[in-house]
Amino acid sequence: MSTTLEMTYRDALQKSMLEEMDKNADVFLMGEDIGRYEGTFKVTKGMFPKYGHRRVIDTPITEAGFAGIATGAAMAGLRPIVEFMTMSFSILALDQIINHTAKVHYMTNGEVKCPIVFRGPGGAAKQLSAQHSHSMEGWYAHVPGLKVVCPATPADIYGMLKTAVDDDNPVILYENPGLYTVKGMVPDDPEFKVPFGKAQILKEGKDVSLIGYSRMTQINLATAELLAKDGIDAEVVDVRSLLPLDTETIYNSVRKTHRAIVVYEDWRSGGFGAEIAARIGEDCFDDLDAPVSRVGGLNVPMPYARVLELQCIPDENDVIAAVHKLR
Amino acid sequence: MAKQAEKKNLELPAELEQYYRDMVFIRHFEEKCNMAYRQGKAGGYMHVYIGMEALAVGWMHSIRKGHDYVITAYRDHAHALLLGTDPVAVMAEIMGRKAGTAGGKGGSMHIYDPKNGMYGGWGIVGGHVPIGAGLAFASRYRGDDRVTLNFLGDGAANQGVVYETLNMAALYSLPCIFIIENNEFAMGTRLEYHAADTELWKRGLPFDIKSERIDGMDVIQMKKDAERIIEWVRKEGKPYLVEIMTYRFSGHGAADNDRQLYRTKEEELENMKRDPIKRLEHILIERNIANDEKLEAIDAEIQEVVDKIYAAADASPFPDVEEVYDNIYSDMQPEKGH
Repeated sequence: MSTTLEMTYRDALQKSMLEEMDKNADVFLMGEDIGRYEGTFKVTKGMFPKYGHRRVIDTPITEAGFAGIATGAAMAGLRPIVEFMTMSFSILALDQIINHTAKVHYMTNGEVKCPIVFRGPGGAAKQLSAQHSHSMEGWYAHVPGLKVVCPATPADIYGMLKTAVDDDNPVILYENPGLYTVKGMVPDDPEFKVPFGKAQILKEGKDVSLIGYSRMTQINLATAELLAKDGIDAEVVDVRSLLPLDTETIYNSVRKTHRAIVVYEDWRSGGFGAEIAARIGEDCFDDLDAPVSRVGGLNVPMPYARVLELQCIPDENDVIAAVHKLR
Repeated sequence: MAKQAEKKNLELPAELEQYYRDMVFIRHFEEKCNMAYRQGKAGGYMHVYIGMEALAVGWMHSIRKGHDYVITAYRDHAHALLLGTDPVAVMAEIMGRKAGTAGGKGGSMHIYDPKNGMYGGWGIVGGHVPIGAGLAFASRYRGDDRVTLNFLGDGAANQGVVYETLNMAALYSLPCIFIIENNEFAMGTRLEYHAADTELWKRGLPFDIKSERIDGMDVIQMKKDAERIIEWVRKEGKPYLVEIMTYRFSGHGAADNDRQLYRTKEEELENMKRDPIKRLEHILIERNIANDEKLEAIDAEIQEVVDKIYAAADASPFPDVEEVYDNIYSDMQPEKGH
């Protein structure tokens, strides 16, 4: 019987990486300022002294270049974990990831595998403004050949990083910077894994399904508590994995509550939440007592002023307002 | 001893004949590809190596096949064929058949054969260059003695990611040879119109990468230079950049049907005088290794081989439609349906 430990999302992620590096000498880290500087969000603190420059590789600020080098290394059988300082910078590497990495297995007709993890913080941190706050998960989840996961809890980042490292396909592991300090119970088990393509119900309810991923799952949990005070029993569906997507768990929840609100931080228009909403509309039409609703980020570049920034990111009040609109 | 002395001055006749056969094989293979395209048997984008044969022949004869890594862009048939990829599978791929190297999923631009060291076959100009450095990175990480041949065109030499890669290759000491196949045209844009400094060999210098420019139309010299550079990189474990002067006699791609838009017939005829096959023919005759009759016989023999390759590829079936979901992931299929 394994025990659990309380730790932050950041520590769970680091513990997971350390264990995977200890397990497999082919696993190495690569990214900007992850070694000597310990990472901008300190995720890799202490790893450079432990493994040295051979396995914790500081790169120049050239995202396309190191994404490509990692891809070639993965094609040759290594298992790189690539950190983007923020997912906003991965935009510079889109050609590599979409046009190259994601196509390796396909274009070699399955002869070459590309086991690589691209990870890093995505979405708004705090007042990083227009160029550092992008939610990129929907862009990646659009691409066949990639897997995209957005863990919301310390246990999930711990288990999903391990699954990602083990996966023979390129995985985008999406961390929201607002999650790094979130605490939770994490299994004290180096073999613990969270499978991809499995959503989870974090709180059961019967009145409305709040469907989200990454930090929005935390918002949904907090919202559910507030709604309970008003006598509304919300169910919280944590999607966890966008590609592959577990529609069954989502649909089963909607079939139970008959109301669905999809919550995502990305721009409301065309974000991945819109895809989830469309599917619910297509496949659960007869089960719905109200139209599927979306709560997304405002369709504006992220502003700097805190008061404006907070307005852009969905919060409990936005979700509660959407719930009341449905009734 | 006698053999060694002989080698010092002159290559062995059998060696030279093999270069000749390889170059003629590529030429006929590529001509056949052009024919396949004209007949509608091949589609998409297709880029042939006609005129550039000595380059790939020189390099591929100098590496440890199946041990060293080779990666290139979309003008990739020759590299695969010389590494030992089944020519029927290459032709079948170009024709979009199930028996192709990628089961008909890739086409002419995406020929892979990792068992023989061929890592593609990439379509985005310059995009594969960091990936090639990544193969070399794996060699450095593991401490093995593989060398990576990272071919790119003169057009690719302007891409930003190439410079990111040169920097990292030098920074991390990667055993990677950047081989700029300078055929003087980035598609239809002449070197002088796309490169601020047309001496592309200099582009390794800012990164302290050993760099030079050499002739790629003389297969004997190409082989010597390739051997020397590969040996250096294998020993030193550092990158190298080489610009190789060549010329493509054909258009950029099969769809390039008006070369006069960017070069004159006179210029083409002038450059035909550099034809690497003709050049070797002169040497073979001069050294009494072959006469006209023998060369003609070799040519006819290879033409027949290529005809058979074409026929075999053409007789092979197209992919089954169910295969459309295969090999996108190693362990799952995407969701099905429109």
